[in-house]
Amino acid sequence: MSERRGRRVAGVGPGYRERLRALGLVLPLLIFLGVTFLAPLGTMLLRSVYDPVVADALPATLTALRAWDGEGLPPEAAYEAAAREIGTAREARTLGQVASRANRIESGLRGVLTRTARDLREVTEGPWREAMTAIDSAWVDPGTWHAIRAAGERFTARHYLNAVDMRRLADGSVARQPEERRIYLPLLWRTLLVSLAITVFCLILGYPIAHLIAHAKPGRAGLLLALVLVPFWTSLLVRTTSWIVLLQTQGVVNDLLVAIGLVGDDGRLSMVYNMTGTLVAMTHVLLPFMVLPLYSVMRSIPPLHMRAAASMGATPAQAFRRVYWPQTLPGVGAGSLLVFILAIGYYITPALVGGSSGQLISNMVAYHMQTSLNWGLAAALGALLLVGVLVLYLLYDRLIGVERMSLGS
Amino acid sequence: MRTDRDGPPPGRASACAALLAACLAGQAAAQSITAVSYGGSYQKASTEAWFEPFAAATGIRVDVEDFNGALAQIRAQVEVGAVHWDVVDLNASEVTLACDEGLLEYIDPEMLPPGPDGTPAEEDFIAGTLSDCGVGGVVWSTIYAYDANRFPGARPETIADFFDLEKFPGRRGMRRVPMVNLEFALMADGVPAEDVYAVLDTPEGLDRAFDKLDTIKDQVVWWEAGAQPPQMLADGEVVMSTAYNGRIFNAQVLEGQPFVIVWDGQLLDINQLAIVAGTRRLDEALRLVSFASTAEALAALGRRISYGPARESAAPLITTHLETGIEMGPHLPTHPLNLARALRRDWSWWVDHQDEMNERFSAWLAR
Repeated sequence: MSERRGRRVAGVGPGYRERLRALGLVLPLLIFLGVTFLAPLGTMLLRSVYDPVVADALPATLTALRAWDGEGLPPEAAYEAAAREIGTAREARTLGQVASRANRIESGLRGVLTRTARDLREVTEGPWREAMTAIDSAWVDPGTWHAIRAAGERFTARHYLNAVDMRRLADGSVARQPEERRIYLPLLWRTLLVSLAITVFCLILGYPIAHLIAHAKPGRAGLLLALVLVPFWTSLLVRTTSWIVLLQTQGVVNDLLVAIGLVGDDGRLSMVYNMTGTLVAMTHVLLPFMVLPLYSVMRSIPPLHMRAAASMGATPAQAFRRVYWPQTLPGVGAGSLLVFILAIGYYITPALVGGSSGQLISNMVAYHMQTSLNWGLAAALGALLLVGVLVLYLLYDRLIGVERMSLGS
Repeated sequence: MRTDRDGPPPGRASACAALLAACLAGQAAAQSITAVSYGGSYQKASTEAWFEPFAAATGIRVDVEDFNGALAQIRAQVEVGAVHWDVVDLNASEVTLACDEGLLEYIDPEMLPPGPDGTPAEEDFIAGTLSDCGVGGVVWSTIYAYDANRFPGARPETIADFFDLEKFPGRRGMRRVPMVNLEFALMADGVPAEDVYAVLDTPEGLDRAFDKLDTIKDQVVWWEAGAQPPQMLADGEVVMSTAYNGRIFNAQVLEGQPFVIVWDGQLLDINQLAIVAGTRRLDEALRLVSFASTAEALAALGRRISYGPARESAAPLITTHLETGIEMGPHLPTHPLNLARALRRDWSWWVDHQDEMNERFSAWLAR
């Protein structure tokens, strides 16, 4: 077997070597991609289903809990194992991690665990149930033990359930979160709708602009292109803040409307700190990403085509619809995907100008990454977004064809 | 005989030692540590009050970096084992969470310098400002403020007035987080400061807080960044807004804005200095923490920015504002007059409940 393979390799010698050389040339890129993109992506996705912290810290407790039927309170053996392992975890400085994970399942458990570990130092012998209950009455609540058992799962679907506003009940069944805690699905939905709306606005505004630039005289085209690019190069925060100055109730636009008498001084419009603000500011921020691919595609369309269509008797509308528009589709597709994908991940602009509607799913991802350190849930939310984008991409491929997408020729 | 064979020849050993010493000396001369803090005027003040004098006194250079994702960055550095931040300035709830996660070094309060009169550090620091991993720096607060020009007649004086749309109509600015807002709502609803967290811990109390927030919800402009409230007040976008006291102080004193702070019901918070776990410059980091936590250093900070010191003995040393010369006392959250009805943030309660509260608050907002 190995002999045969060896002969074959020898047989295709020169081609093999060439392919090896080609591989060598792209190898740095592959390694770069792997190290900076695929590996982090993989480890983050792993975090959404794998969390060994509690299982490693409380093995005996979890074993004792396996013998528990879930009705009433667990046996004394579980209390004894928990008491010992909580103490060990405290000394090893892993208790905090255990506690924060249990706390995500049942709010308040972090306090219970740290308090118990601290006060148990003075207790040397059982009965442990009495000792622990004396420290905190949560230990005679079966919910506490269910939470510990759930946190002890090495591989868990918990984060994904959480990300779609579901939770696992004590008996193992899956149910929706209580109504006042359902937020991720509505936010996911809102994020998709907002991104879609922004994409449409960008297309409506960007298409004529790109057309104008693409078919203007060179000097004027350069100037117009600069007008698109200068905001593109300006800091995101500066652009966002400028929109606040323009749109707020005492802002420039409202002052203007009042001055020309369109609205009364007490009827000033609320255009910022609400959904309007989000849509206006985000459309402006993302517009260049639509204009640039459209522009480069439109430039490659010979003006002759439209003249030919006109000479064959097509009205301008017909010529546009049947000749021009189909040729710009690759740019429309590229621009729309670019804008949509960027919009899905934006959160600074909506946070600043969006008021109560300014919270999008990426804010929650950022919150769980930066503030609550619940990277498992952040990863699950990120994975849902990734799946959403991939589905859209596939849909686009089926409808229009990815190979027709173009950022310019 | 054995020593001869095992050890290197004496000549080479001494050469090595000399080389090592030279290396160490070289390293000592180029010593530097990295301190990380919130940007803006707070960072500027801490650089002037702590980091520059520390560098001058010890020869250890302090590189100052900005937070950008705070805890996530610390966690990434610790998990990967590439710690390049040494000292971090965090608020107490962040310190608690990061300490639990093993991201910070324990700091023994015994190594902290005593007060100017020799009081041991543990007695000199205000209760609750020292924790396993954190050493109290400044006490700051969330208050609400209004533009004096907007209220020619009666003026808001209590936290209840913030929620009183009949007496003081107009839009209010509030930060888009559950923290602070829930406490303010309960205090405005008549809950004494000392009972706020006990009430908040019950489902009825929580409903009560959200019900109170409901009464002003459609008049609230939600803000996100600390720079927004003074701007919204100045622009007339809101008539009053919750804000960080230091931001309003800057607007009042440096920009001459006619803003007034209502200290009634203020919510006190603590920032602490902490050391990132696994730093290779632990000794230098500890030296910086104890340097910055002396009464003199805390007072130097308090003369640059209106945050109170975490040490009793530092309070009398804060005299005038260095830049403008005004008396600092009445502008500090820790001034006795401002403490009449103050609530100290129970960061332990918040670490326990922040996820639940955050979800509930977001759901409430979207309703």
